[in-house]
Amino acid sequence: MSKTRVPAVEGWFTMDDEPRLVASRGMQSGSYFFPKALAVSGNPAWPGEEREDVLLGRRGTVWSYATNHYQPPEPYVSPEPFVPYTVIAVELPDEQMVVLGQLADGVDPATISVGTEVELVLGPLYEDHEHEYVMWKWRPVESTAEVAETGR
Amino acid sequence: MSVPEVAVLGAGMHPWGKWGRNFVEYGVVAARAALADAGVEWNDIQFVSGADTMRNGYPGYVSGATFAQALGWQGAQVASSYAACASGVTALSTARAQILAGLCDVALVVGADTTPKGFLAPNKGGRGDDPDWLRFRLLGATNPTYFALYARRRMDLYGATPRDFARVKVKNARHGLNNPNARYRKEVTEDEVMASPIVSDPLRLLDICATSDGAAALVVSSMEFARRHARGERQPVRIAGISTVTPSYPNPIIEMPNFATDSAVGVTPPELGFKDSIAAKAYEEAGVGPDDLSVAEVYDLSTALELDWYENVGLCKPGEAERLVNDGDTTIGGRIPVNPSGGLACFGEAVPAQAIAQVCELTWQLRGEAEGRQVEGATVGLSINQGLFGHGSSVIVKR
Repeated sequence: MSKTRVPAVEGWFTMDDEPRLVASRGMQSGSYFFPKALAVSGNPAWPGEEREDVLLGRRGTVWSYATNHYQPPEPYVSPEPFVPYTVIAVELPDEQMVVLGQLADGVDPATISVGTEVELVLGPLYEDHEHEYVMWKWRPVESTAEVAETGR
Repeated sequence: MSVPEVAVLGAGMHPWGKWGRNFVEYGVVAARAALADAGVEWNDIQFVSGADTMRNGYPGYVSGATFAQALGWQGAQVASSYAACASGVTALSTARAQILAGLCDVALVVGADTTPKGFLAPNKGGRGDDPDWLRFRLLGATNPTYFALYARRRMDLYGATPRDFARVKVKNARHGLNNPNARYRKEVTEDEVMASPIVSDPLRLLDICATSDGAAALVVSSMEFARRHARGERQPVRIAGISTVTPSYPNPIIEMPNFATDSAVGVTPPELGFKDSIAAKAYEEAGVGPDDLSVAEVYDLSTALELDWYENVGLCKPGEAERLVNDGDTTIGGRIPVNPSGGLACFGEAVPAQAIAQVCELTWQLRGEAEGRQVEGATVGLSINQGLFGHGSSVIVKR
């Protein structure tokens, strides 16, 4: 029996073929806040303003990236055996903000650089007996982007 | 707005290392050393300002009282502060405010920690609304991940190389050779740094600071108390400025432990970035600028981050930091020595003690007591650091 695909965190992104990040936008300030669920920040000129749900743009450019070669501590669930993974920071042009995310599986980090255009996709984060937990990830848009043979 | 000064009468530390003992023991050693250095009796301390540790259970959350009890209850007023890597200076700032308000003549500031080996991790237990827990859970975004993002930016924007980063470690390792409180007292070569295992590309093991046990303490007082208390000719080192500013909106730089930055839509980012603004506030209080500095202690969580700091505190323009380290400007004997203590490169991080340790080093430098690592004729020093959740601090000391 195949596992059910569920989001690793509820309400932060849509589960479509063209997934989008779920943010909120100040109805007076026009400022974007992500993730919507955490409500960690606000525009000081509009304290307590009402916010509306918005979906962030799917494409951005790489602001920076880092490939981790050591297994991180809990609560991260690392695959066994551990394989290096890449965290990238992506600049969203319309929202003028930078959002983190892992690089999509199968993409060789050597093929990205600051300025590479990327788009939002879904990818597996970890599994248990019943579920495959997915997260948003970023994948280069260029058709010439190399896809490494990872066997995953 | 320039601010009245307070005196640093005493500085003391417990050596950094991995001693396997309780954090309170380290704090008591540092406190007693600072009191002895000041020539002030514990019973005469009127205010105890503790910097908290989050990794030692409840006693760490009420560190001021914990240290006061360990030294022996004597009725002093107390405060305990946590501000991530800025905790020590938040504790100092609290003590300074008490003194400047005339509520206290002389205070003890102390912070101590024991730290696990390896990555700093959130306390156990799932917390679905805690960004710090979530960034580990959902991204595996460790602290070094963020440092690596900044390092990669230096490489892309300014052409910085791993060898430039390695030179920071080499410099600091040489500085720390003669620091009795440093944990790592061994020279390293550029090649050794660049051959160490890759942790978070482009940063390698020797680019990233370790975590350590350690403790540091200061005895601070009003200038009036210092004058009455003066022993011999020695003019005390003075705290001329303290900054604990938060960022201004919008902050366009991705910061620990966040998933995203603020959005700059419709709002112009402030002229000074967050880290620049931390230094700017301290300069403003002290009435000095970067050209007035004799020495600086900056928070080298990674080698590349030290280079960012050179620019943040105004030692050079953006993109020029690599040239400073390569030209030897920030080496002892150079134009503006940075991290003569050896920095986090030689200490590792003991979170609540670290910012206090920076001020201890500046105190010894300005007194001419930094044996084997002395910056000649130091009269103005700056310390600076940044932690999670919008915390950062800077202190300017003068002699």
